[in-house]
Amino acid sequence: MAVAEKTPDVAAAPAATRRRRSFKPRYPAWLTVPSLLYYTVFFLGPMAILVAFSLATQQGFGSLKYGFDTSQYHQIASPLYLSIFERTLVMAGLGTVLAIAVGYPVAYWMARYLSTYKMLALLLIVVPFWTSFLIRTYALKIILDPHGYLAKDVGINILYTKYAVAVGLVYNYLPLFILPVFASLERMDWTLIEAATDLGARPFTAFREITLRLTLPGVVTGALLVFIPMTGEYIIPNILGGGNYEFVGNVIGDQFNQAQNQPFGSALSIGLMLALSVFVIAYILVATKEEQFGA
Amino acid sequence: MRRRRLTAKQAFTAWAVLVYAFLFLPILVMAIFAFNKPSPAALAGFHGSDICGIPPAQIGNITVWNGFTACWFSAGLHDPTYIPAILTSLQIAAEAAIISTVLGLCAALALARMKPRLRAPFDSLVYLTLVVPEIVIAVASLIFFVQARNHFHAFPPLGKETILIGQVVFNASVAMLIIRARFVGMGDVLEEAAYDLGSGPLATFRQITLPRLMPAIVAAALLSFTFSFDDYVVPAFTNGTTNTWPIVLYSAVRFGLTPAVNALATIMLGLTLVAVVVTAVVLRRSRARVGPQEVATLPL
Repeated sequence: MAVAEKTPDVAAAPAATRRRRSFKPRYPAWLTVPSLLYYTVFFLGPMAILVAFSLATQQGFGSLKYGFDTSQYHQIASPLYLSIFERTLVMAGLGTVLAIAVGYPVAYWMARYLSTYKMLALLLIVVPFWTSFLIRTYALKIILDPHGYLAKDVGINILYTKYAVAVGLVYNYLPLFILPVFASLERMDWTLIEAATDLGARPFTAFREITLRLTLPGVVTGALLVFIPMTGEYIIPNILGGGNYEFVGNVIGDQFNQAQNQPFGSALSIGLMLALSVFVIAYILVATKEEQFGA
Repeated sequence: MRRRRLTAKQAFTAWAVLVYAFLFLPILVMAIFAFNKPSPAALAGFHGSDICGIPPAQIGNITVWNGFTACWFSAGLHDPTYIPAILTSLQIAAEAAIISTVLGLCAALALARMKPRLRAPFDSLVYLTLVVPEIVIAVASLIFFVQARNHFHAFPPLGKETILIGQVVFNASVAMLIIRARFVGMGDVLEEAAYDLGSGPLATFRQITLPRLMPAIVAAALLSFTFSFDDYVVPAFTNGTTNTWPIVLYSAVRFGLTPAVNALATIMLGLTLVAVVVTAVVLRRSRARVGPQEVATLPL
């Protein structure tokens, strides 16, 4: 989503802005009112109730009393639930690092070495992304099945372990990482590399000093783009982890499905959002700093 | 020097081929296993005439190859739970695509040329809807709709409508970002020219702005449709008793799986590919030049 944001400002031609305008076409501000209303009622509304629920007290099965009860949050701070938070963040971090390691060379290959087939290669990266997330995860499950060929003949039997969850994370989110990185590599001026090697830089030094630096914003954006949904992941740990390796999202779901402890589930949700907000704020700080000093 | 460059290229190409194999192999295997027979041991104990009518509990091991049959496709297409669920999902996805795109288009038009200070609060709200994990939106919507119904008798009961409402939150934000990126990118020179030539605001919008925004609008609508059709998490909590395709697919994956699911998934995959190709052709025909940049932003 952030990729779509980066492109705009480029097209404003300097010649057009220099000319003094008598008039600037604008659309009225009230056009934002429908979506503003929608967000207020159907997004901020549920969020407000979520906060109220997390501070409410459970009374018996399914009924609760509103108030200011922080006991749910104390329960989250217990070692059991902290370890689930830790596991979620570590796995999402690992998935992100793997996505970078696997995806960056592919994006580099597309931007650097392809010309005629560049669009096709990109489309092939996008196609799995257009197919159902569930179907992709299920397809992976077939391959990893303990009775399947990979387990019986190759000896890789990892279904329902953390390794299967890690593979599932990379498999499902790889396209989402490759696209922003490709976009930033595509904007790069490759003659800079030529100049550097002409001046005696080794290929790897040129890559590290120029390519990597110039594409770092794309890498950070892509990393955040996959890290956030990985942290909130629900389907992959359920199907590929088989309930042995639950993420925070699964524990939240359980509170609303089976345990019917909605205040605790709400508090966990708030906790998950707070944990994520640390990373998002860090990203915003880095991004604004780069805007000030970079370019 | 030249030689060295070539080997680097070969190494990257080899890696890329491996990654493409990683991306497509599971999908390919799934499609192949849509043609798989039930295991011989299971068939020995089954006396029906249609081998694909075998109950899921007796089907045996279907992750190894037992022989070719095409009957799962007709079994899947005649299944009493799958087809209605797919139709429900199609309906919700179409509605979500229309509502999200209209909301997103309106907001994008106004926001693109708004002062940054006025725009900032709206932008943070939009990013918030994208950053909040989907599971959190799902459970929050669930308690919101239940409470609103209990205390104020407002909003529909859990079902198709609540699924739709929950999904539009996220999709409207995505649609807005896609449309706005194109709107900002195309500048306002042509619009200004139209005004100078005496065209009114509505005529200018209809004849200049809207046609030029079309590729982004189509992309936003298609993306909302895909996201909604594919979405499991929001419906899993706000569906009430409504079954959507991801919901029946999910329970099939966890319990009682037959190759009929593979068959239906393969059909869906084929339809998606056709839709992607058609969109690509349409976007190319509409004089808008579609470069790698646009494709890159397409699925975001």
